[in-house]
Amino acid sequence: MNFPILSTLIFLPLLSSLFIFLSKDKTSNNSSIYISLFSSFATFLLSLFLWYSLDITTSEFQFVEENYWINNFIKFKLGIDGISILFIVLTTFITPICIISCINSVKVRVKEFLIAILILETFMIGVFCSLDLVIFYLFFEAGLIPMFLIIGVWGGPKRVYSAFKFFLFTLLGSVLMLVAIIAIYWLTGTTDITQIYEIKIPKEYQNILWLAFLSSFAVKMPMWPVHTWLPDAHVEAPTAGSVILAAILLKMAGYGFLRFSIPMFPIASEFFTPLIYTLSIIAIIYTSLVALMQDDMKKLIAYSSVAHMGYVTLGIFTLTKQGIEGSIYQMISHGLISAALFLCVGVVYDRLHSRMISTYGGLVNYLPKYSFLFLVFALAALGLPGTSGFLGEFLVLAGTFQKSYFVAMLATFGVVLGAAYMLWLTKRVIFGTVNNSEIKSLNDINKSEIIMLVTLAFFVIFFGFYPAPLMDTFSVSVNSLIDDYQIALNSQ
Amino acid sequence: MIDNLNIMLPEFFLSLSIFTILMIGVFIKNSFNIVFNLSSLIIIFTVAIILNNSNNEVKIFLDSFTRDPFSNYFKILILISSLFVLNSSKNFIVENKLDKFEYPIIILLSILGMFFMVSANDLILFYLGLELQSLSLYILASIDRDNLRSTESGIKYFVLSALSSGLLLYGCSLLYGFTGSTNFDVIANQLIKDNTGAVFAMVFILVGLAFKVSAVPFHMWTPDVYEGAPTSITSYFAVVPKVAGLALLIKFMFIPFSNILLEWQTIIIFISIASMILGAVSAMVQKNFKRLLAYSSIGHIGYALAGVATGATSGYQSSIIYISIYVIMNIGAFSCLYLLKKDGEYKENISDLSGISKKHPILAISLLIILFSLAGVPPLGGFFAKFYVFLAVVENEMYALAIIGLLTTVMSAFYYLKIIKTIYFDDNVITFETRKNTIAQFSIFTSCTILITFFLYPSVLNNLVSSLFIN
Repeated sequence: MNFPILSTLIFLPLLSSLFIFLSKDKTSNNSSIYISLFSSFATFLLSLFLWYSLDITTSEFQFVEENYWINNFIKFKLGIDGISILFIVLTTFITPICIISCINSVKVRVKEFLIAILILETFMIGVFCSLDLVIFYLFFEAGLIPMFLIIGVWGGPKRVYSAFKFFLFTLLGSVLMLVAIIAIYWLTGTTDITQIYEIKIPKEYQNILWLAFLSSFAVKMPMWPVHTWLPDAHVEAPTAGSVILAAILLKMAGYGFLRFSIPMFPIASEFFTPLIYTLSIIAIIYTSLVALMQDDMKKLIAYSSVAHMGYVTLGIFTLTKQGIEGSIYQMISHGLISAALFLCVGVVYDRLHSRMISTYGGLVNYLPKYSFLFLVFALAALGLPGTSGFLGEFLVLAGTFQKSYFVAMLATFGVVLGAAYMLWLTKRVIFGTVNNSEIKSLNDINKSEIIMLVTLAFFVIFFGFYPAPLMDTFSVSVNSLIDDYQIALNSQ
Repeated sequence: MIDNLNIMLPEFFLSLSIFTILMIGVFIKNSFNIVFNLSSLIIIFTVAIILNNSNNEVKIFLDSFTRDPFSNYFKILILISSLFVLNSSKNFIVENKLDKFEYPIIILLSILGMFFMVSANDLILFYLGLELQSLSLYILASIDRDNLRSTESGIKYFVLSALSSGLLLYGCSLLYGFTGSTNFDVIANQLIKDNTGAVFAMVFILVGLAFKVSAVPFHMWTPDVYEGAPTSITSYFAVVPKVAGLALLIKFMFIPFSNILLEWQTIIIFISIASMILGAVSAMVQKNFKRLLAYSSIGHIGYALAGVATGATSGYQSSIIYISIYVIMNIGAFSCLYLLKKDGEYKENISDLSGISKKHPILAISLLIILFSLAGVPPLGGFFAKFYVFLAVVENEMYALAIIGLLTTVMSAFYYLKIIKTIYFDDNVITFETRKNTIAQFSIFTSCTILITFFLYPSVLNNLVSSLFIN
């Protein structure tokens, strides 16, 4: 396979953003919307083709591309395995949905918005494809620029504060990772992660390097106590921005733990497990309680994201097969569900320009289709069996039980709280009496909204009943991840 | 002798051309345009001569003058950046009535001084070159002689710079006294032995050099001179003398002081950290774009010095890469200032940029790229500059310097973001007349293209710079 299919996948959105930049439509933005839709669908199909042709019986990296980049130093190395392909497909799947959503919600500077989204897509796919620490860092950080602009230009009233907080928090976290990456280069003589896996980083350096990586991933994840940028960013970001932020950007950190922290620093990962457990449990319980008290819908969903990401970190660091598989499953399913929930908020926000829960109530009387879909996603978010949300949480808890009953018990408590805030949100928004007379004049969801939400609902339920397509894809890679980890621990 | 002439051909050509265009300027009336265009041609020819000349290391005139890849690289960098700075500021010069024929001639004279600075292998030649450069810069700072702020900045620069030159000269004489030679190589050999006196001399010389590159705590002149001098001069100050100053600093550390590394390393580390922190903190509260760029240049010199502080070849290389990318970014940033024209007046406050993304999308996106690059955000060129520096710093196990440096990167990102916020998030106030300055637009375009595409093939600069230190 000599055709550089991964590079094509990465740079296709960038190329099409260039076309949009050059396209001239003054009055309507149709041509830019069509170009971006077309290119994002093409990217999606290409990623599906990749998934189809990926050999899932091996944990080796496939479609590897290695190009000379910086002399004798860094190679532009790309490759995917069973874990990364799912995140790539998630990215390419969410992007067209975002583009559809901005037809309704973005009114000013549509062209620039589409360019920002497509450039962001390039960087996101790049993160999941890169097999070199420097390339990874490059894509990981580069995503800040378009996201900063998306929040700042198209955001709500407090957008400047939120955009700055988002940018500076993430940058502060990642500079330490950059030092660690450089230190790894001088320790091992390479930044190619497949070689670093072989070389094994000396034990005495692992803890400090692991912490440096944590500083970046914890902010991005986000883990308590550095999660505070997330609610602000979500609240102020436009709908499409929130969707991308929740569905994909947060997953980069979880992916980072799986791809970098655990295989490169197995001993440190073992050593710091209690720390991660503590932070995850605090995230699950504390942020769930905070979510209960929110009166802003987007803020509530943002806090629920922090709680869900708590399960992900918990699952990853159980370092059991169930735990890690559950985490990956949880990330994918949260990618779909949180995207859908933010879209749902966006739908009513476009109509009434309010995110406050108190504005709504009794929507089921006037927007039945919308209410049904909202209910589906709310139930999926709280982990109802039969939706994809259930499987992830269940596997994570199953993995946690193998390690510690106490931690698992506390985490289970979070499930109850999750049900509480989600159901209460549904009750206050969808059911109840109609207090606001404006609701009576609302239109139910239109065609493009139906397309987005029904597609998402289909996959949420499909993967709830039939997890095999996802599970089969990553199970071999996860097995080898755990095997390598065990070997590294035993050989110390 | 003819061989020696051949080796110094760029310098000879430059001096003779300066005299020629000086005559043209004196004898022909209203000759600014002719002199200006001839100067650009001279710069291009000099670049051609240097490229055409062979690159191997030769020392002539009793080993006081070197021609090597190192000096040639810096000469070309100085020439090309002057060419861009000079040409993109032409409209500005004419509109602000600075179009005296001396202007380009003095710039060429300062370039000649820098040539001797980067080629010097001897204290005397180095000092002469430095003074030729400084004297030209004093005149340039106060070239707008009817303007109070310009003359003030000229005087300020002159007084402080003369003081630092005095210290430098005192250091040179001490060094001569303790080592018995003015030749760099001889001094280096003499310093193998324990030599306390030479350490004193080194401190004085470092003070002088730190002043020339405006590193903390000898930076005080920078903001005032940057703000007071006309923008065309400021952009020259921000780019070209910095390159020459850093080249000289690296040369001093690399040849005469290479054997007292431990003594100067601590000083450079201190200067570097202080510059990074002061650059980041003071720039946050600035309202004038030029003043902000002054503080940001102090910070950038701090990063470049962090590479020098390693005392290793890889560190010097990273500094050279840093300063090269810095030059590209600053040419772009200053060229943007030439486009901010409204009713015949050039705006230089950050608040004037408010909301220009709506009316001037191309200018806004260029500024966005340049500012993010200055902040060091990947995948733009500025990131690679910082990356190479910190690579060298961590290689030499100076973790504290690396971490402080990267934390100040975050702090400085704040004020770059503030400008981007003004450009993109705020409401439109002023519509500028941008259409007329094609050369400035070309400079911005070149600078942005290099910054964006740098990540595609970063080895070019890397290979070039690593070939400078083969000896």
